[in-house]
Amino acid sequence: MKKDIILAGVGGQGILSIAACIGLAALEEGLHLKQAEVHGMSQRGGAVQSNLRLSSDEIASDLIPEGKADLIIAIEPMESLRYLPLLQENGWIISSINPYNNINNYPDIELILTEIWKQPKYITIDADGMAKDCGSIKAANMIVLGAAAPFLGLKPESIEKGVIKLFQSKGDAVVELNLAALKAGRDYALKNM
Amino acid sequence: MEKLLLLGDEAIAQAAIDAGMSGIYAYPGTPSTEIMEYVQASKEAKEKNIRSLWSANEKTAMETALGMSYAGKRALVCMKHVGLNVAADAFVNAAITGANGGLVIIAADDPSMHSSQNEQDSRFYGKFAFVPMLEPANQQEAYDMMYYAFDLSEKMQVPVLVRITTRLAHSRTGVARKPSKNQNELHLPGNLRQFVLLPSIARKQYRELLGKQSQLEAEAATSGFNTYIDAADKSLGIIACGLAYNYLVENFPRHKVPHPILKVGQYPVPLDMVNKLYSECDSVLVLEDGYPILEELLRGMLNKGKKVMGRLDGTLPRDGELNPNLVAIALNMPVEKGKSIPELVKNRPPKLCDGCSHSDAFLALNEAILEYGRGRVFSDIGCYTLSALEPLESINSCVDMGASITMAIGAADAGLVPAVAAIGDSTFTHSGITGLLDAVNNNSPITVLILDNSTTGMTGGQTSSAYGKVEDICRGVGVSEEHIHVIKPLRKYHDENIEIIRKELAYQGVSVIIPRRECIQTLNRKIRQKAKAKELEAKA
Repeated sequence: MKKDIILAGVGGQGILSIAACIGLAALEEGLHLKQAEVHGMSQRGGAVQSNLRLSSDEIASDLIPEGKADLIIAIEPMESLRYLPLLQENGWIISSINPYNNINNYPDIELILTEIWKQPKYITIDADGMAKDCGSIKAANMIVLGAAAPFLGLKPESIEKGVIKLFQSKGDAVVELNLAALKAGRDYALKNM
Repeated sequence: MEKLLLLGDEAIAQAAIDAGMSGIYAYPGTPSTEIMEYVQASKEAKEKNIRSLWSANEKTAMETALGMSYAGKRALVCMKHVGLNVAADAFVNAAITGANGGLVIIAADDPSMHSSQNEQDSRFYGKFAFVPMLEPANQQEAYDMMYYAFDLSEKMQVPVLVRITTRLAHSRTGVARKPSKNQNELHLPGNLRQFVLLPSIARKQYRELLGKQSQLEAEAATSGFNTYIDAADKSLGIIACGLAYNYLVENFPRHKVPHPILKVGQYPVPLDMVNKLYSECDSVLVLEDGYPILEELLRGMLNKGKKVMGRLDGTLPRDGELNPNLVAIALNMPVEKGKSIPELVKNRPPKLCDGCSHSDAFLALNEAILEYGRGRVFSDIGCYTLSALEPLESINSCVDMGASITMAIGAADAGLVPAVAAIGDSTFTHSGITGLLDAVNNNSPITVLILDNSTTGMTGGQTSSAYGKVEDICRGVGVSEEHIHVIKPLRKYHDENIEIIRKELAYQGVSVIIPRRECIQTLNRKIRQKAKAKELEAKA
């Protein structure tokens, strides 16, 4: 099995947490993984991206070759489009629809979503809204992870274990919130595939 | 053995701890910063009493490590590539003094300049100083090489340079550890003048260093870090250094490349291995995630031998990092192309955080300087460099650490008066103090803004050597008291801050203005940590 995943968003949105969850889940299943990330932009509202590679075989390059990514998982809709050159022909885009507008020429969100809807395979999700329904907008990244879960090639229990491991130091309430968000995202994706 | 999920940087840090290091010295610099941070957060390192210090700059860090090596213990120095420029005097001469306790220098390069002013290749420094170098291709190699480096340093009695790049430093994977070694005992060099580089001594030791080169090459041939992977199709031979090897094999099913490969991980590169590839193959492709150093050597000045391909003949781009696609193109293999980025996607460059003290400081400076005209603000390296971008567009130079003050002196000497320097507190103690001393001795009509957010911000908020010392240093260097002002960079003081700056701009001598307000990122982090500590206390 191999899954090459691009994680995308803006600094501070919790992309690296998603990567960490998936990483822990992959380790749980004894898979090889490599996760390359961009440091430093997280404090400064810049575009953040991580190359996450899972495989049953040894992985060579830390960077995903162009046209080979299986998935783009994006917490920010415009950012999902930035990595199209890396996505394979029939790759999936899983993206939140909530714009992070911190530049003075941010395009119309309708145009962005229309561009995503042109792609062959996508799931767009109101991560902020659904996170609020679960109890906190801070769980928006877990909503997106949940929506991506059916496409990761990992067992649902592994991903849940990853979430638990990542957040257990923050207490039961936080773990429960994130598991609920994970489930909500996943249910949405299964319904809208 | 269970593997740890580690960044390349972290693998190096863990290996150094396991290999019996006694001290680590560094200045923050992307992509090397995480090495020191890992050691500082490590319980194991604390239990082992491993000394660690965020030094004032890379030169002092290098010298401190050299001092520990003199005393017989193992020391590690970490820096980004341009940091090695700062440490160069000590580094080059440490090769001539030689090492007593193992001495390892990590240089973290940044091909494509993701967060640097250039993409210089630290392997040049290894060659320049005649020291052995190690260049890992992956995180496990980074661990293994670091673990071996101290032994190599002590066996050959020379410092060892380990060169990594951003994509390895900041990429995470499973790494297996080796058994923990004890630290060395305090023991002085057998010759108590080994480290005295008077010409008579230095000449002798330099010849010894030159004499070691063939043995260093022999080590590189037998360590296992240079591998010859034979294959049938000898129309092409490939030399792949460090990470470039990954990008090569990525393009082939089961990573099986049909051409012979020399996988380079240790320098000086064994000539026998190069010769074998060169003589058996019709042409050679050299893949380096950095400058075409080996490529140029192989090609020779006159390029009269076999066909050598790489960056210098257009087979690969002349600059920038490598990746699997570029290597595929170099091999005339078909490449997949994803879709192009839609036009509506806009750049999202990094910017100053909302509430950053630098914004307030530059807004005031922008207004105060209006009457003199723009183009006179010399700045430096840090978060405040972002003020070059819209909407502030405040600064006109950023070249190297500390250059703000000294460039302002030169520009003022040329007649650009007033000239302004904008420098951060950590950058100031790194290499701004000597510039300020020059300014005072030259009585330059410059205004120096020391932007004191009490941290080394751009690299993630490490402690600043300047903390609590800025005004005293300025007084000590000779700036007169009435021309040193501490101001609070906040909206409500905007007008009075402009007035202070305006007054000092008019003064025909050295002025220092210190806009002081803690970085909001470090401030928030402290608040969160305090809250967490209170929570744990309450639970207990």
